[in-house]
Amino acid sequence: MTAVAEAPATDLAPRIRSNDPDDFPLPTGREEEWRFTPVNVVQDFFEVRPLPTLGFTSPSPLVSTGAVGDDTYAVDRPAAIARHAVAHAIVIEIPDGHESGEAIDVSLVGSAPAAVGHIVIRCGRHAYATVVLRHDLATDSAGSIVTHVGDGSRLTILSLMDGRGDSRQMWQWHSIIGRDATLNALSVTMGAAFIRMCPSVEFAGPGGAVDVVGAFLTQGAEYQEHRVFIDHNQPHCSSNVVYKGALSGDSSHSVWVGDVLVRRNAVGIDTYELNRNLLLTDGPRADSVPNLELETGDVAGAGHASATGRFDDEQLFYLQSRGIPEDLARHLVVRGFFVDVLAKIGDETLRREVLTGLEARIGMSELPP
Amino acid sequence: MNTLKISDLHASVDVEGGTKEILRGVSLTLDSGSVQAVMGPNGSGKSTLAYVIAGHPKYTVTSGSITLDGVDVLGMSVDERARAGLFLAMQYPVEIPGVSVSNFLRTAATSVRGEAPKLREWIKEVKEAMASLQMDPAFSERNVNEGFSGGEKKRHEVLQLALLKPKFAILDETDSGLDVDALRTVSEGVNAFHATSDAGILLITHYTRILRYITPDVVHVFVDGRIVESGGPALADELEAQGYERFVSTVNA
Repeated sequence: MTAVAEAPATDLAPRIRSNDPDDFPLPTGREEEWRFTPVNVVQDFFEVRPLPTLGFTSPSPLVSTGAVGDDTYAVDRPAAIARHAVAHAIVIEIPDGHESGEAIDVSLVGSAPAAVGHIVIRCGRHAYATVVLRHDLATDSAGSIVTHVGDGSRLTILSLMDGRGDSRQMWQWHSIIGRDATLNALSVTMGAAFIRMCPSVEFAGPGGAVDVVGAFLTQGAEYQEHRVFIDHNQPHCSSNVVYKGALSGDSSHSVWVGDVLVRRNAVGIDTYELNRNLLLTDGPRADSVPNLELETGDVAGAGHASATGRFDDEQLFYLQSRGIPEDLARHLVVRGFFVDVLAKIGDETLRREVLTGLEARIGMSELPP
Repeated sequence: MNTLKISDLHASVDVEGGTKEILRGVSLTLDSGSVQAVMGPNGSGKSTLAYVIAGHPKYTVTSGSITLDGVDVLGMSVDERARAGLFLAMQYPVEIPGVSVSNFLRTAATSVRGEAPKLREWIKEVKEAMASLQMDPAFSERNVNEGFSGGEKKRHEVLQLALLKPKFAILDETDSGLDVDALRTVSEGVNAFHATSDAGILLITHYTRILRYITPDVVHVFVDGRIVESGGPALADELEAQGYERFVSTVNA
């Protein structure tokens, strides 16, 4: 395969886009995109080797297996290796004009110690749909999610990455937004010893809008990295990136990197990105790096915000002074922290499921209704 | 009748390089139905007294006691004190993002009452309490104290007082930052609560203007971490006319 020769015209656009693993040098941890990652614990993800392909279960007839295709590219070595190894793609095909409030629910299935996957979500024109991608694997996995949102469509994708135990997950998620289309790309990340999730977005025409929203829970000694790249390559599009993370444990580590590139032709765009981290204990470390690169000043808006704070004991005191027991008070504060992110999950049942999952992980009992 | 009794209370706070004693022997007895004002200059420690009664972890009680009907309060956690019937209306209520007023109030009422209030009755109760404090019903959908004006914060504190119905309420500078209309509304709220509940009220204030609306039986002058003089409402008039100077110079002499 050929690497797409893309001159590094900017600091933020990926230097290499290719589906050939050999085009990517072995990461050492000194590269900008790997500088936070504990590369020593994921060396096997950098080795080209045969690996089984993840299966799926879904009640929806819109989900099947299909060709991987070569219209998109990996942006790092593990993704290229996974793409090289994967036997077939899991394809979610949403036809033109499809309109349904019922979510297309897909669960990834893997039994080998390590597996690769490639998921293509192809949404036609003027469709309205929700996809739930359940990624609660006990196995190591690597791969790509590729989303095509057709012109005028409104697509919501909820990626639930609820890893188990010592498993490691290394994923890339690239979305291409059509003219006047809207994508809500939501990810909920918890569990697993190691998670690296790199969502990227580009636009295929003007008028597109994207919300990239994440809630993550980093506990114990877990490592979670979210590396977002929004490529504003078309005029009059908008992007809104919001990630909120709660960290606990002795040595958990979260990394959020939000890269936004506004190209010269992308006039009239509006972009905002925000990351907030809540430290529930003294041990965790949260890195938060927003980067905004503007090649044009002719934009409607461009901003970012980032803050990491300890759990506020004054909030706890206030709630307790109203008779609310400490564990319930903590519960309210953490739930309150995530509430605006969870509100992006339009579906009430799904929202409740996610909230219950987060709270179960924090070890909180169910709140009274 | 209930009694809140504070005896020779000493409390300190950690400061850089050691501890600083802020309460230096406070004694005070508050019975049901009684309204007592604690008045003092800035930095006298009167707000610390309020926080120590409520159990704020920042302060360490080094000696003395607080009892409620003979039961040790200092051994209770913050929430246990509230459930035992103590309430602190705070001078600077804290913002709690993402937690709506309605959710907060119901959770607090459920905790204090020991059971969830029946929904229909609860909605009516909240609605009436809010109306009497001239609060917009939309207020309950906002997040706790987030973006509240000074007046809204104090109304929200008095709303909680009305709904949680404590045995004793400590109002920490509830009058500060209020315009005349808001002060009147808030004071009427406190008076209405007092009239219907027979609770004891400890009114902590720097200024006498709230005493035009809420009449205390006893006025304590609080200087340098202790009560230096107690008297009737006339004492407040003297403070209004002459300020704290006489008491401050007594202490420093």
